[in-house]
Amino acid sequence: MTAFTINGRAVDLAAEPDTPLLWVIREHLKLTGTKFGCGIAQCGACTVHVDGEPTRSCITLLQDVAGMEVTTIEGLSPDAGHPLQQAWITEQVPQCGYCQSGQIMQAAALLKSNPNPTREQIVEHMDGNICRCGTYVRIISAIQRAAREA
Amino acid sequence: MTETLQLHTRALSRRSFLITVGVTGIAVAFGGLLQDASGASIAPMVEGSYRPNAWLTIAADGTVTIMSPASEMGQGIMTTLPLLIAEDMDADWDKVRVVQAPSDAEKYGNPGFYGVQLTGGSESTRGYYNMLRLVGAQTRKIILASAAAMLNVPVSELTTEPNRVVHAQSGRSLDYGEVAAGGTLPDPLPQATDADLKPSDQWRYIGNLTIPRVDIPSKVDGTAIFGIDVQLPDMLYGAVLRAPVQGEQPETIDDAEARAVPGISHIVPLPYGVGIIGETVEATKRAKDLLKIVWTTSSRIRSYTSDRLLEEYRRIGRDLAQTGVGAATQGDAEAAISKAATVIAVDYMSDHVHHATMEPMNATALVTGDTVEVWAPTQGPTGTQGFAAEVAGTTPDKVEVNTTLLGGGFGRKAEADFIIDAVSLAKAVQGRPVKVIWSREDDVQHGKYRPLEAQHVQVGLDGDGNIIGWRHRIVADSIFARTMPQLFVSEGGHDSVVTEGAQFNYAVPAHLIEYIRRDNGLDIGFWFGVGVGYTRFGIECVIDEIATAKGVDPVALRLELLKDQPRARKVIETVAQMAEWDRQRDGRALGVAYSDAFGSHCAEIAEVSLDRETGEIRVHTVWCAVDPGTAVQPRNIEALMITGITGGASHALLEQINIVNGEVQESNFDTYRVIRMSEAPDIKVTVIPTPENPIGGIGQVGLPPIGPAIANAVARLTGGVRLRHYPFLPARVLEALNA
Repeated sequence: MTAFTINGRAVDLAAEPDTPLLWVIREHLKLTGTKFGCGIAQCGACTVHVDGEPTRSCITLLQDVAGMEVTTIEGLSPDAGHPLQQAWITEQVPQCGYCQSGQIMQAAALLKSNPNPTREQIVEHMDGNICRCGTYVRIISAIQRAAREA
Repeated sequence: MTETLQLHTRALSRRSFLITVGVTGIAVAFGGLLQDASGASIAPMVEGSYRPNAWLTIAADGTVTIMSPASEMGQGIMTTLPLLIAEDMDADWDKVRVVQAPSDAEKYGNPGFYGVQLTGGSESTRGYYNMLRLVGAQTRKIILASAAAMLNVPVSELTTEPNRVVHAQSGRSLDYGEVAAGGTLPDPLPQATDADLKPSDQWRYIGNLTIPRVDIPSKVDGTAIFGIDVQLPDMLYGAVLRAPVQGEQPETIDDAEARAVPGISHIVPLPYGVGIIGETVEATKRAKDLLKIVWTTSSRIRSYTSDRLLEEYRRIGRDLAQTGVGAATQGDAEAAISKAATVIAVDYMSDHVHHATMEPMNATALVTGDTVEVWAPTQGPTGTQGFAAEVAGTTPDKVEVNTTLLGGGFGRKAEADFIIDAVSLAKAVQGRPVKVIWSREDDVQHGKYRPLEAQHVQVGLDGDGNIIGWRHRIVADSIFARTMPQLFVSEGGHDSVVTEGAQFNYAVPAHLIEYIRRDNGLDIGFWFGVGVGYTRFGIECVIDEIATAKGVDPVALRLELLKDQPRARKVIETVAQMAEWDRQRDGRALGVAYSDAFGSHCAEIAEVSLDRETGEIRVHTVWCAVDPGTAVQPRNIEALMITGITGGASHALLEQINIVNGEVQESNFDTYRVIRMSEAPDIKVTVIPTPENPIGGIGQVGLPPIGPAIANAVARLTGGVRLRHYPFLPARVLEALNA
């Protein structure tokens, strides 16, 4: 059994300890907002926070998060009220939307450590997150808006 | 099993269908009420008691629930199509809820696209536009008739405002919810014609800049349900190990170790691989890695090597003795070119590219006896019914398809291979749903890539540099031969989607387009923009080559060749102003390109720089002006242009599938590179609605011009160095610079 906290809830799971955290989150805990994109930490769709750090859950094993605190998109805010989520709606960022949970979780970590990032800092921080619909320009605008309005 | 594209199940001629519905406006009369309105648990339906037709219900609280018949893959269609109904029925958009329509082509098929539920070709808004507006107009007339009976006044004295019927004379009014709760449907139902449509000056929603997309809130908090997110009671997981080369089969299967993985319940031999079923997704992945398969080695695809074939296609393109199928002919281009003072003869080529949708292929199926239920991110619910039925040994009417949101489509999810996986495995277990998820490696290595193609373009100029003949030879395998064989045959072996975009609106006195089909057996498919993505690369670069030969400005030359095309001129003039075309940039240059494909006009200008040491191209800013005719959702059109430009730059600069002896060399995002934020250009879009014109397609419109705009900019930056092979990899750029 592996115990950890997810979105403030304590869980204790019987899954194999070497199961990727991504599949634990998605298929054992049914929190499907976190996405499978590549499995090798190349696209960022699976980004969650582990003890506050943006983490690729596809290459993180269940045993790696024992006793730690995991936050997924479902736990970022109680009511989609995080400034980034609101800015994402205002800027109408998502197209297909599949990568956007990961984008928002990655961006949330940036604003936490750097509330007023420059455009260059945003691009550097977000460069590991692929958006196949190419919404990058709107992602940048939304992060800038969230920083401005937070 | 042949993995034919889903269109194949009903290859109805688009032309004949348009004749049926396109002339006077159809009478929208749906007899039966919708029985199975809820798209299963994924899209719960608001139960409205008042059902004027198959497209909507109205509840007593005024909630209007509207069916969205097309697949939402990011293009915003779940907002666009219901909005058309809402406009003409005078619904209050804030009270509208959108539900994904069930699989039922009779009710929800696209009248402009073979009458089926298939989302592609930038055909959804164009195809459904008139019908859905008529549905809205008819609904309004039905509501008015119900309200007239309730108020005991003639219909002619009633008007509507959003969600309300008003009787001005008496000062009385009824909310649509009150009509729904207290009214009865008139018998017979009134019909609607074009005369009942709301004039454009009274539109509230069409063209509105502030209406947000209905799907976006669910895409920022993790609640959106894509195919891969489906969860069902008693659900099992499936994985498929596919043959490394298309066409091979398992010869011997050693599954002893795979079966020993805890949680694995079934190993299922398939014609193209081996399926695994288990209680957890991780068990199926583990077991898949432990399978030991000896594959057959007889597939003809083992001789498929993309580099070698492209060189061959190029030679064929240049060898005028090798004739193809005439795709379009105007005048005698060959004769004109033979008399030309100058002939420009050049080759343009592109490698295979892959869709790489962010959501990998997946589907969930439940087979119980002769009934099948499928949950899938599919572009083609109608085709899915046909293929699922074929696999399960039943009939399409016994197959119910729940179309989820799609995490990208770009043509890949119009295919049936991932559906076939899920139904094949679900058939083996019976009575329990099975969710099959492809790995990214499977997704990249078992794609339906855009065809490998070479174009040979010959243009004859007279002594003054005027175009007197244009010959365009396109050498590629066929998509339709696999996906729509009847259409391919009926068009005389011409593949109109492979040569799509070769026809243009430039004024040339003689024009010949030839398709020289190759058949090397690889399954190739519809990739974002399909043929237009490369035909416009050749055309728009050659236009710039002509401008250079003639010593004129590329924008000016296009305006001259389009002097009778005011919409085309307008987008080119607009984009030139936006980019300040005449302003010199230090160390950077601008390139322009234009496209009239998909019934919309789009011009783009790219500002680029180039590292001459490494060969790396940097696209800084792209300006875009687009005239789609009626712009139903202008802000979403801007988003789609951003998608087309970013994706188009990605494929022009980076994307490449290499196949060696039938084996795909790339496997994931580390080797199949797509554009990242640090490489993506800033983008400025101007949408120029012209509602007096027929509505154009929009989903793919932004893509075709960007590649040639980049190549044309590089040529202007380097004093004429031409990039003629997608993608413009640094090594190719250096080679061109040093040539």
